[in-house]
Amino acid sequence: MGDMPVTLKGTAEGIRLKPVAAAWDDVLRALQVALQEAEAFFRGGRVILEMGERELSKSELVTLRTILDQFDMELWAVLSDNDSTIRTARAYGLRTRLPRSAPQADPEAASAPPGANALLVERTLRSGQSLSFPGHVTLLGDINPGGEVIAGGNVVVWGKVRGVIHAGALGDESACICALELAPSQLRIAGHISRAPDDRRRKARPEIARISDDHIIAEPWT
Amino acid sequence: MAGKIITISSGKGGVGKTTTTANLGLGLAMLGERVICIDADIGLRNLDVMLGLENRIVYDIVNYIEGHCRLRQAMVRDKRFPELYLMPAAQTRDKNAISVSDMKRVAHEAAELADYVLIDSPAGIEQGFRYSVTPADLVLIVTNPEVASVRDADRVIGLLEAEGWAPAQLIINRIKPDLVRRGEMLDADTVLDLLAISLLGIVQEDPNILIASNRGQPVVLDDHSIAGQSFRNVARRLRGEDVPFEPLKSPSILQRIFGAR
Ligand SMILES: Nc1ncnc2c1ncn2[C@@H]1O[C@H](COP(=O)(O)OP(=O)(O)O)[C@@H](O)[C@H]1O
Ligand SMILES: [Mg+2]
Repeated sequence: MGDMPVTLKGTAEGIRLKPVAAAWDDVLRALQVALQEAEAFFRGGRVILEMGERELSKSELVTLRTILDQFDMELWAVLSDNDSTIRTARAYGLRTRLPRSAPQADPEAASAPPGANALLVERTLRSGQSLSFPGHVTLLGDINPGGEVIAGGNVVVWGKVRGVIHAGALGDESACICALELAPSQLRIAGHISRAPDDRRRKARPEIARISDDHIIAEPWT
Repeated sequence: MAGKIITISSGKGGVGKTTTTANLGLGLAMLGERVICIDADIGLRNLDVMLGLENRIVYDIVNYIEGHCRLRQAMVRDKRFPELYLMPAAQTRDKNAISVSDMKRVAHEAAELADYVLIDSPAGIEQGFRYSVTPADLVLIVTNPEVASVRDADRVIGLLEAEGWAPAQLIINRIKPDLVRRGEMLDADTVLDLLAISLLGIVQEDPNILIASNRGQPVVLDDHSIAGQSFRNVARRLRGEDVPFEPLKSPSILQRIFGAR
């Protein structure tokens, strides 16, 4: 993903957006595509824009906001080392520092302290109910047919999965899905999709699914 | 003391909500309870037909809500049980004729006059569903042992939980013992495992139900009907009696042939 014009990363504070391409138009175009691809995940989220040294003009900020608006997303903070960018952000009422409890540095998913970007939920997701979270999700309950979990990180279900799970929804191919009983209608990891095998009635056992050789493979979880 | 308001709902249409309302209304009346059945399926009324009361309707619930009649005038008395009433739906209007607060008011007024108010809810999860479940003390979810119906029931239960509405109990309708035995139909345990709410009754498939409904004489009135027995038991469980679940049995050949009297 090194050449992406923009990177997106889900964290507990919000979705961290970092422009990479030199041209703002390229950044916006790539952003639009990325948001559309995982719309259910991003919709309604709040965004932390990481500008680094880069200068952000008023018009750039406004155009970014119009795109985020389409997805009901809120530009919440702008992090920058550039004085002019900080002034611009403040002029628009945006915070330029995160609240103390939130880590300033971009937390690497793997090295993040346990719990910092994970969500623990105790309930059953029934048909039509959806849970999305930028980090890892642990669900104590079932996912019924027609229910879904969308997570930026891993998904662990202490229960039966008969609905849809999307792990690594922001593009993390190393994400995995674990469940006590995996009989989902569909699993997704990053951009990969696997449908339930048609021979359903398999013996129930805990399984872990991850990407191997470009395919989602489920194995006994021991 | 105000009566208990029970809404019969399902999500999916055609699973047996109206059949259940008619049979439970009569079943409770047979036990001596004062019952008012409200047909909330505005525009598609048929509880009156199932109860055999369609010829007696003068005013309906929308007439009452709009102030064109008194509550008592919109209540049609049953011909068999003087303590059973039907409040019919309007046939020429649609769901927008009633608001959530209208239905709440009507249901609570009815509850002052009865031991049980049964609300037969329309299919779907829109306006008609909302105004039907809002006043309820208990929601009876009717489902068939069939994937689409169970999924809709699950959706409805999820909405009830999320909105903090009344607790839900389950009636599994149209189960066919032969098919279940051969593994060709979902069994009650599978349905219960998924929906995870308490079970109030299981009603078998019974061809007499259709005939009985068309005649306005629901099967609950028929001592020999297996489905009728199930509805009588559900009525008793609703009153808090501890009635064991009847074993699933296939109707005998004779019952199949002579069942429809
Ligand atoms: N247990 C049953 N056995 C056979 N037919 C049934 C049973 N329950 C309902 N039916 C039939 O299914 C149809 C739909 O029932 P109805 O009560 O009108 O459903 P709803 O009110 O949920 O739309 C009717 O024709 C009815 O006679
Ligand atoms: Mg009906």
